[in-house]
Amino acid sequence: MSDWLGPEEWQALLLSLRVSFFATLLSLPLGILVAYALARWQFRGKQLLNVLVHLPLILPPVVTGYLLLLGFGRQGAIGGWLYDSFGIMLAFRWTGAVLAAAIMAFPLMVRALRLAIEAVDPKLEQAAATLGASRIRVFSSVTLPLILPGLIAGAVLAFAKAMGEFGATITFVSNIPGQTQTLPSAIYAFLQVPGGEAPALRLVVVSIAVAMGALLASEWLARRAAQRVSGA
Amino acid sequence: MSLSVDMRHRLGALNLEIAFQAPGGVTALFGRSGAGKTTVINAVAGLLTPDSARISLDGQLVLDTRSGHAVPTRKRRVGYVFQDGRLFPHLSVRQNLTYGARFASAAPRTTLAEVSELLGISDLLDRRPGALSGGEKQRVAIGRALLSQPRILLMDEPLAALDSARKAEILPFLERLRDHTDIPILYVSHSVAEVARLATTVVVLENGRVTRSGPAEQVLSDPDMVRQLGVREAGAVLPATVARHHHDGLTELAVSGGRLFLPEMETPPGTATRVRILAHDVILSRELPRGLSALNILSATILALREGDGPGVIVQMQCGEDRLLARITRRSADAMALQPGDPIHAVIKSVSIARTDVGAG
Repeated sequence: MSDWLGPEEWQALLLSLRVSFFATLLSLPLGILVAYALARWQFRGKQLLNVLVHLPLILPPVVTGYLLLLGFGRQGAIGGWLYDSFGIMLAFRWTGAVLAAAIMAFPLMVRALRLAIEAVDPKLEQAAATLGASRIRVFSSVTLPLILPGLIAGAVLAFAKAMGEFGATITFVSNIPGQTQTLPSAIYAFLQVPGGEAPALRLVVVSIAVAMGALLASEWLARRAAQRVSGA
Repeated sequence: MSLSVDMRHRLGALNLEIAFQAPGGVTALFGRSGAGKTTVINAVAGLLTPDSARISLDGQLVLDTRSGHAVPTRKRRVGYVFQDGRLFPHLSVRQNLTYGARFASAAPRTTLAEVSELLGISDLLDRRPGALSGGEKQRVAIGRALLSQPRILLMDEPLAALDSARKAEILPFLERLRDHTDIPILYVSHSVAEVARLATTVVVLENGRVTRSGPAEQVLSDPDMVRQLGVREAGAVLPATVARHHHDGLTELAVSGGRLFLPEMETPPGTATRVRILAHDVILSRELPRGLSALNILSATILALREGDGPGVIVQMQCGEDRLLARITRRSADAMALQPGDPIHAVIKSVSIARTDVGAG
């Protein structure tokens, strides 16, 4: 099995898994916060926040990638500050691929979480408050367990989206084998050279397998969590 | 005074202006739906902030809108039993019951074992709320509120969502709660039967105002209350003591004005209880009736007569230390020339003091 894929193909697969894993993990806390705010709080600029979150879904990915380059590149406002203060560079690094994937997957994650939070009866949260629970404890002991199925679904969706991200990633971090060449970038690269159809096809099969595996796993996890939560 | 409320709040077309005090025991907030009962209880819990209010609980000021002082819900230590139970579906019955205990700072007054025993839910502890019946859910909700070490229990129509069999299943537990714990209870209800059975104090709300408040026996035997309670439901509540059980299947009860007989009760002699005598189940007689099948005849003195809209008259009587209500026709009242101060005999149909109307107390 291990020699079915060439070293370059392995590299692309492992990098994609790593990028998607961190993109999902790091965006989850912010995703929960934003989804909770959109579902439960009334505040000025709520619509603006909603639009901003969903923008990457509508914009051409290349535009998102270019905006990232402008903002987070060495010369960019945030990127320059990050580099000068902490020596952190995102553009043309795998960490930049994580940022691009996280932003592109964020709308899907927030949507799933928001639906899950809206489905939790606020009366249960009120009941918890009358029993002495603070807001944080209400969230961790009532809201969070109840949204678990939605959270799992949202995380898997985000992971799958991150695995498939291409446009913003290639614009922001380019397509450097071993560093920023993710699975889709590798497929694209193989298709550009003569004789690359075979490795490209192998990576296509891998992509399909990973996507299906992720969906099946999420279905199974969400069903188990729903059973636990339904109280039966 | 365990609870004192003085609040104003605008709720749609309704202008609430409510002030009352609740001593210990069960204080019933009674009124039709839409009278503002739930708004009051939510204000006490801190789930709603009225336009202006001053609320103190157990001697502590928990809300004063004038000075901006407001204790948040989680620190008010109220045990709220919601109409719809609101058990946490992802937790077991045991975890639901102990949920509030992890936040309680006060030393536990009651233990999980005691409360489960009191409410008859000891066998349900490892179940999930989804596997409970409506009545069981509500008992667990009461236990959960009790175990959060509350200073007061707030019950918002806790039986309204249940059918009459489930209601009958829970009422004895509420009576045990009233009689075996010293936690005051604010009980919202629109059911006269529940109020008559449970309440020690009654606060009557109508269109956002308190129209009457006082000890349950007084309020319920007030002829002016008949309009609000409805003629079918109007009736006096009398404290009674179980005197003895007779061999013919009757139980003798002592009330301040005499003796009452009713179908055998299971409570042992000496037990304090309450009887509810509906006004339309009382017949009046000038003479002590003879050759009558009714067993229960009490001597009384007429206090007041109130004419209603229909052909009926409500007669209020003093009977020993208690009051009785009778609903008779205006024609009879005229024919008998009833006047306040007249001595009278109240004939109570034995069947009218139904077992379900007798509450332990």
